[in-house]
Amino acid sequence: MTQLPEHTEKSLGLVIDLDTCVGCHACVVSCKGWNTENYGAPLSDQDPYGSDPVGTFLNRVHSYEVQPASGPAQLVHFPKSCLHCEDAPCVTVCPTGASYKRTEDGIVLVNESDCIGCGLCAWACPYGAREMDAVAGVMKKCTLCVDRIYNTNLPEEDREPACVRTCPAGARHFGDLSDPGSAVSQLVAERGGMDLMPEQGTKPVNKYLPPRPKDKIGEDIDVLAPLLEPVAEEQRGFFSWLDKALEKL
Amino acid sequence: MHPAPSVIIFTTLSGLGFGLLAWLGLGLPAVTGIVAFIFFAIAFGLAVGGLMASTFHLGHPERALKAFTQWRSSWLSREGVLAVAALLVMAVYGFGVVFLSVQWTLLGWIGSLLSALAVFATSMIYAQLKTVPRWNLPLTPALFMSFAIGGGALMAGQIKVATVLLIVAGIVQVAYWIVGDRALLGSGSTLSTATGLRFGAVRAFEPPHTGTNYLLKEFAYVVGRRHSMKLRVIGLALMAVVPVLCLLLPFSHVLAAVAVLSHLMGVAVVRWLFFAEAEHVLGLYYGVR
Ligand code: SF4
Ligand code: SF4
Ligand code: SF4
Repeated sequence: MTQLPEHTEKSLGLVIDLDTCVGCHACVVSCKGWNTENYGAPLSDQDPYGSDPVGTFLNRVHSYEVQPASGPAQLVHFPKSCLHCEDAPCVTVCPTGASYKRTEDGIVLVNESDCIGCGLCAWACPYGAREMDAVAGVMKKCTLCVDRIYNTNLPEEDREPACVRTCPAGARHFGDLSDPGSAVSQLVAERGGMDLMPEQGTKPVNKYLPPRPKDKIGEDIDVLAPLLEPVAEEQRGFFSWLDKALEKL
Repeated sequence: MHPAPSVIIFTTLSGLGFGLLAWLGLGLPAVTGIVAFIFFAIAFGLAVGGLMASTFHLGHPERALKAFTQWRSSWLSREGVLAVAALLVMAVYGFGVVFLSVQWTLLGWIGSLLSALAVFATSMIYAQLKTVPRWNLPLTPALFMSFAIGGGALMAGQIKVATVLLIVAGIVQVAYWIVGDRALLGSGSTLSTATGLRFGAVRAFEPPHTGTNYLLKEFAYVVGRRHSMKLRVIGLALMAVVPVLCLLLPFSHVLAAVAVLSHLMGVAVVRWLFFAEAEHVLGLYYGVR
């Protein structure tokens, strides 16, 4: 059914910390791995070892340079996967009912056996979160690792999205964003979590935490700085003689 | 946006086909027998041919029937339903006109309305997309409708009406270009809103991968945009100016054929531009338009 639910019981999603992401792409690899080996059509690659490799990914990491009015530029690594929007335009445009948003947890999914591969949902997503798989001919997108988070065959600590589980910097957090008491909601409140492209009216569930302001290097560099002053300003002994001798030459 | 040939052929041919069907349903021209058969054959050929072409870009055309199910929310689904309904009604009406020499007027009107609505639904597939500001305009349905009805009048041999309607279509096209050129800027989406990074000027430093990907191929098509001004002039001349001049000259079958062919080529050119010039906001993430 491609009409959106009026209300979802939960709003499961990710909170991505742009302050701590180091741009290592570990989440990209683990996402590709998990979603190729598990639920749904595998994420194919074309010409993977050739000169022109292309492939399907559900999560990609961009890098942006931000130049403030004064001071040095800052590099921000920017992971991007489906934001599981509340008002998901990708769902309502789907002609077949393959795209849907779940009432129980708000996850946006594609039923691959109904998808005709028309691509319209990818046109409707402002974030580039959907990619058509060139081999399977169906639309692929982040499933919020729906086959992990409820999977009782996995040890408890693994029942979270692969990208969250793997991130070495702890830059990705998973939880229920409709519950103000959840850890993710508190993180969003504390750090001023934001929506991407709010003007598109998609009401994304995923939130991004902006980079913290960098420390300013002022007059006083460090309390330890005086101790680091050079101890010998004058040369003595052999090197002093050598220096003078070379000077005279 | 990537100007896929299948989609250009689809919107060009089926727009014209349904435009012609809309006129035939109104009994203009009021033909019967073999002449009617030729008119209906051309209209159905264009409309059905276009619809067939549109299935070429599907990943799973064998599941196409599923696309008729979501008419409550999806313009693409509505378009399918309306197109099939229009074809069915007009087939019955055509049968009466061709073989029985009777015009079931009410049926014709219904078929005519459905044909026009099918074109409207096609235009809404594009006009509904907030992600492509150049398409997300009331002028988009106006463009598709004026082309289909004007082109249909031309095909139906309604010389006086066609002259006026093609001039209107030309004006709508120019207006669409003028408004469309400012649409991305007016949408308010920038790399700043896309990333939420507001403490300075944001620049795309490094893409997420060394090669290309589906998104860039589909949405960040920039090839040939630098020729867009020339193509606009050529397209407008072919789709409106040449046909109108032909229609203003004393009628001859050669001129009529030239007018139709020129119009068809012109529509294909401006349709190519419709896709090639359209910027998807996703391009912002990649630092391209
Ligand atoms: S991020 Fe894109 S694909 Fe995901 S729910 Fe929102 S619009 Fe749909
Ligand atoms: S590509 Fe598949 S999921 Fe997307 S709109 Fe078309 S049918 Fe629906
Ligand atoms: S939640 Fe799962 S599918 Fe989504 S980006 Fe993370 S690893 Fe990929």
